[in-house]
Amino acid sequence: MERTAVRGRLTWQLATVVELIAETPRAKSIVFDVPDWPGHRAGQHVDVRLTAEDGYVAERSYSIASAPDDEHLMLTVERLDDGEVSPYLTDELRPGDQIELRGPIGGYFVWEQSLGGPVFLVAGGSGVVPLRAILRHHAAIMSDVPARLLYSARTLEDVIYRDELEHYDVRITLTRERERRRIDRELLAEVGWPPVERPLVYLCGPTAFVEAAADALVGLGHDPMRIRAERFGPTGK
Amino acid sequence: MTALDGNAIGGLLHDVFGGEMTDALGVCAHCGRSAQVAETIVYLRGPGTVARCPHCANIVMVFVERRGVTCVDLLGLSSLVAR
Amino acid sequence: MSPISRGFRGRRRDDVDAARIPPGQYVTHDFPVLSAGPTPHTPLAEWTFTIRGAVDEPRTWTWEELNALPRETVTKDIHCVTKWSKLDTVWTGVSVDTLLDGVDTTAEYVVAYSDGGYTTNLPLEDVRDGKAWVAYSYDDEPLDPEHGGPARLLVPHLYFWKSAKWVRGLELRQDDEPGFWESYGYHNYGDPWKEQRYAGD
Repeated sequence: MERTAVRGRLTWQLATVVELIAETPRAKSIVFDVPDWPGHRAGQHVDVRLTAEDGYVAERSYSIASAPDDEHLMLTVERLDDGEVSPYLTDELRPGDQIELRGPIGGYFVWEQSLGGPVFLVAGGSGVVPLRAILRHHAAIMSDVPARLLYSARTLEDVIYRDELEHYDVRITLTRERERRRIDRELLAEVGWPPVERPLVYLCGPTAFVEAAADALVGLGHDPMRIRAERFGPTGK
Repeated sequence: MTALDGNAIGGLLHDVFGGEMTDALGVCAHCGRSAQVAETIVYLRGPGTVARCPHCANIVMVFVERRGVTCVDLLGLSSLVAR
Repeated sequence: MSPISRGFRGRRRDDVDAARIPPGQYVTHDFPVLSAGPTPHTPLAEWTFTIRGAVDEPRTWTWEELNALPRETVTKDIHCVTKWSKLDTVWTGVSVDTLLDGVDTTAEYVVAYSDGGYTTNLPLEDVRDGKAWVAYSYDDEPLDPEHGGPARLLVPHLYFWKSAKWVRGLELRQDDEPGFWESYGYHNYGDPWKEQRYAGD
């Protein structure tokens, strides 16, 4: 979507749950109907606000899993066992329920055709969510920019969007079974483009993951200005 | 807590500044280096929200919410330019 | 008020005696980690605690020396200005009275200072007479770095931002000097029972 779609006031809107999709044992996608949704750019996020009956309020941020080209807004939430908000979203919400959200938010961690590439997406765990939006958008516009995802998950059953990812250029590495290999400097060099190709890199996942990957890429000779990162944390973002 | 980055305060910044600010360019008043707001290291959910320079770790922005009003301290920045 | 999210409660407990909860607080099971900066990691061999400022001579204890001082284990309720309260928390440490024992001063205020640059200010009388500790153990375990370990100040009768994590000393002063959060608009004193969250409250 054009930039003008994301300017203007950021107001809280009521979003109605249309569908819930169990992606993995821990992750659930939630499809929303948002009447005044202005559109978004791939990689952006929303803030979600929940209010209890006694007025207690909790707010979290979640990456938008859907592409700008998709019909409905979709979020994918990973349930944190000791979380305050995620268990509510993954376990309690039913179609027809409403929650407040505001967005889209983000002008840095976005990709669109005009930014070029090649695009190297690197995901740790639930960090794959905004990168999936980028891949879907990339496919929807039939972009000729090369794009590839390197995605680290614990086990095969933790891989979110597993079937869909088979349609893209994706390398999955599992840390607790099969290859038992974390994303490290060697794997980044093996899967990614060399620095001379000046790939545009999007890193997303837990802070430690992102910082290690960024350090490794810079160590390989990549330009830090071509590396964009989004850190996820237990607060939901 | 684990630090996050300026992406995590995108909504807060939009509220405070009236527009998208994660890609705004800031210059650290302490070390003079620049970074986009999304690249700052952010500590959330404390008595205030603190953003630190990714180069020198000095504080560049502090947000304190006081009964619905957000107070903003930008003394750690020598400039901040929105896109 | 915002639209209610059906069935949302958060993680709060409501099976507690309301008289123990200051106004505007929620009781939590867990122990939220809040910080303004990265967790410092001073090696214990280099760690010291100092009383300095309006005193004849500064006093310093090494980690070993601090641990050799008489210790107390106390059970306290703690109240964070971000609205969570945690009841019956168990701490072990050295009473500030022990550290100030024999110290002659005309100071009326203290500033607690920490690794990483954090500070907070209090009236001297609020860290005396059994009201404050330098705590190095929580729940019978060494205090976790993310909760302020190796040692933090513990002043449970005030909002918990006054219980400075990673504390390295107390500076006694004749005049009051606002600390970190106080300079950003938080209340200079911070009594949870009077809901003194922000300056002017």
